[in-house]
Amino acid sequence: MTTTFTLINVSLLAILTATAVTITRLRALYEATMLAALFSLVTACLFVLLDAVDVAFTEAAVGVGISTVLLLGVLALTRSSESVTPRRRRLPGAIAVLLVGGTLGYASLDLPEFGSADSPVQRHPVTEVYLHQSQEDIGIPNTVTSVLASYRGLDTLGELVVVFTAGLAVLSLLGPLARPERTRPTADFHLADYRVIRVVSGALMPFILLFALYVLFHGDYGPGGGFQAGVIFASGFVLYGLVFGLDRAQRVVPRAALWLLVSLGLLLYIGLGVTTMLLGGSFLDYDVLASDPDTGQHLGILVVETAIGITVASVMTTIFFGFAGRGVAR
Amino acid sequence: MTGQLPVLQVAVPLLCAPLCVLLRSRFVAWLLFLAASLTSLTCAVWLAERVDRTGALRYAMGDWQAPYGIEFVVNGFNTPVLLLVSLSAVVAAVYSRRSVAAELDDRRVPLLYACLCLALAGLLGLSITGDVFNAFVFLEISSLSTYTMIAMGRRRQALLASFRYLVIGTIGATFLLIGIGLAYAVTGTLNMADLAQRLTGSHDNRALQAAVVFVFVGLAVKMAVFPLHAWLPAAYGEAPSAVSTFVAATGTKVAIYVFCRFAFTVFGASLVFGAMPVDRIGLLLACLGILAGSAAACFQDDLRYVLAWSSVAQVGYIVAGVSLATTAGVSGAYLHMIMHSVTKAALFAIAGVLLLRLGSVRLADLAGLGRRMPWTFAAFVVAGLGLVGVPPTAGFASKWALVTALVERDQWPVLVAMLAGSLLALVYVGRVIEVAWFREPPDGADPLRPPASMVAAIWFLVLLSLYFGIDASLPAHLADAAAAALLGKGGG
Amino acid sequence: MIASHYVYWTFFALMLIGLYVVISHGNLLKKLIGLSLFQVGVFLFYIGLGKQDGGSAPIISDDVETYSHPLPQVLILTAIVVGVATLAVGLALAVRIFEAYGTVEEDEVLERDSTERLAERDRERAAEHDGGGS
Repeated sequence: MTTTFTLINVSLLAILTATAVTITRLRALYEATMLAALFSLVTACLFVLLDAVDVAFTEAAVGVGISTVLLLGVLALTRSSESVTPRRRRLPGAIAVLLVGGTLGYASLDLPEFGSADSPVQRHPVTEVYLHQSQEDIGIPNTVTSVLASYRGLDTLGELVVVFTAGLAVLSLLGPLARPERTRPTADFHLADYRVIRVVSGALMPFILLFALYVLFHGDYGPGGGFQAGVIFASGFVLYGLVFGLDRAQRVVPRAALWLLVSLGLLLYIGLGVTTMLLGGSFLDYDVLASDPDTGQHLGILVVETAIGITVASVMTTIFFGFAGRGVAR
Repeated sequence: MTGQLPVLQVAVPLLCAPLCVLLRSRFVAWLLFLAASLTSLTCAVWLAERVDRTGALRYAMGDWQAPYGIEFVVNGFNTPVLLLVSLSAVVAAVYSRRSVAAELDDRRVPLLYACLCLALAGLLGLSITGDVFNAFVFLEISSLSTYTMIAMGRRRQALLASFRYLVIGTIGATFLLIGIGLAYAVTGTLNMADLAQRLTGSHDNRALQAAVVFVFVGLAVKMAVFPLHAWLPAAYGEAPSAVSTFVAATGTKVAIYVFCRFAFTVFGASLVFGAMPVDRIGLLLACLGILAGSAAACFQDDLRYVLAWSSVAQVGYIVAGVSLATTAGVSGAYLHMIMHSVTKAALFAIAGVLLLRLGSVRLADLAGLGRRMPWTFAAFVVAGLGLVGVPPTAGFASKWALVTALVERDQWPVLVAMLAGSLLALVYVGRVIEVAWFREPPDGADPLRPPASMVAAIWFLVLLSLYFGIDASLPAHLADAAAAALLGKGGG
Repeated sequence: MIASHYVYWTFFALMLIGLYVVISHGNLLKKLIGLSLFQVGVFLFYIGLGKQDGGSAPIISDDVETYSHPLPQVLILTAIVVGVATLAVGLALAVRIFEAYGTVEEDEVLERDSTERLAERDRERAAEHDGGGS
């Protein structure tokens, strides 16, 4: 293997490990959160190096974007430094680490060589089907998209259901339904008072939304797809909410509309499955959607990506509003 | 259309969840959950009958044949689980209407029903799928919705209970993910039947052995096997009553089924119980769990915590049966799974009624219950005796099956632990009965009669447990078929 | 062995660091950060399984010969989403715990619960005593 690859690889891994160790030692949680974002960013680079561009895209959007925003939001609501870990707490962790580490080390003795072309994973017939047969079955260059949306469409449906559940959880825990009694008036201070931030973010908005649409519909040919697009869409609203305040953001996307959209995406996905069943196919068998299986698959995957985009964007926005609304309310 | 039954089983509850959120009416949401559970039950009965007649059914998602796509498999080993989960959902639906209305504020009720639909879909999907990664996804659906429902409990302790369950549960799920990854590294496939086929003859592969360890430790968390049970008491004790009724009847049971499925039809009994000492470890943990759980139950002063700790012990009985790895043992374990589900659901439902009418289920507040609410008390006594395993209740039939299986393999120490556990069960059930029957009731008006729907749900379960105690032929038939399907052949 | 397996070992090390934080740290937010680290370690391990030397991203084009395996990537896309969903729920719970107890340290929360329970028991005893006496 090329030495450059190894060199980059080793240095990224070293940065990752160092960051992780630092995170464990930091008691200031703001700093730990920022380092966690850095950790995600480096992981995303590593994913690119490991040829997983879609995953890298998602990790960057989720780890660096959503997770960090949420963690910062929570830190603003709670105390931001950790108390000293007492000695008696260290023992269980150390024992677990020893046992798990031992088992993993033992397992690695029989793992195939890293990057080997002859590993069971590469030799299994699914490799051939996903990489080459898929070009005839489905006809989409990005095989990750075809496996995600068609071959393993049920997993993706499950993933969307998990996102939906998280949305419900945050609604029930932090939504307007669980608002504490005491409410303080909204802070007068907005980032919108800074002209530069206001103008720049205003100018960025259309591009962010446009980029999200591009990512959504370009998933067939390059990295991207419904999930990444949804997160980018949501980040647009998050930016808007951060700069112009929650009230104005909620006027742009009212809660009722969000509730509708959260369910709508999921209904669209399940409805697609039901439609294929009514048309005489199996659940999520897109071949029956059109007279020509190829067109059917394209259509099905498009609907799936759109459904994911709608639900993910609205759930992420709901979650952000939930956390941000808490700050206003307290 | 009957060919589509396996997927309808899961898709209908899944479809009802967003509808609950969309329509946002309490009554409609309840109706949707009831409809979802009734549909699932119908599908489950139909499937069970089909499988009984013609053998295993397979359903290829999106018409992609396994191992290229995901498949659902219905066979003797999961029909009892499907029936159990969907029946519990129907009972929980009948029970929940009044219980949820009393325990939750109005605007969160539709969200709770949506979560119940999701939990139902997750558990059914987990039971029916024939793909290991898909199982992980369904496990997360059911777990995440359960965390959410537990957090809806009345007291602030519910929040920490939910958080701890979330952390421990996620560690467990991630362990499962590591195990699946290691198995994938060895075989290159995720389909259970394909995995089983490719794994034969690689017993000394160290990555595979580690995969077994990770999958089982991950599942043990979800099953609440003894040292990994710490999340269970608070989670069951603090959740809204309708939720603990449903989850106590199904949650750990489905995880146990998945354990069996992995042990017998994916990794294979010769690897798990032959080359690796899972059977001995299982029996040891089962004994410890039975003793520790029963003993802890004796020291609780809240009825729901008594019941929750007793669940830890009951998981021990089931694990002991599975660990024997004999037809009789596995069949006994399935039987106990069914019997205990019915009994424990009834008991948690009773606790919910008491909570509704007395405002508390602390033992001190149950004084004189026998005279104040005689019918509810009678139901408690019958179900409680079922927990102890007194004939002719359901608990006796299944414990007898387990005892026979243990004697067959000369596992006397386990037998002793089981007897001790039953005696301890007599103590903790007796403690409740003592307070409720012999202590003077506090002054004041008698509590109102409990709502008819809740009473109906409770008596349905209690009478079912009595019926199964007297004539166990139906559950025993299901359990035998399950054991035969698990041990009969390697492939799933 | 070292040349061919060091990547896996680093991934395992990352998992272990995360696992240690989850189990040993008492701060609920730190636990969640640890959980993410633990999961990222697992994600990297999966992606590593699909990597092929000299391969490129599994987007089919005419001038590429070898591709890395798409399946682990699909699985991890799902797992990342599940991970962030869990994180969001965990954080929402942490906020509510802070509002209910005024702290996000597990030990302090437990301590407050047990003092509350003891106080309740004392009250009950006192009430019983009064009832017996009068």
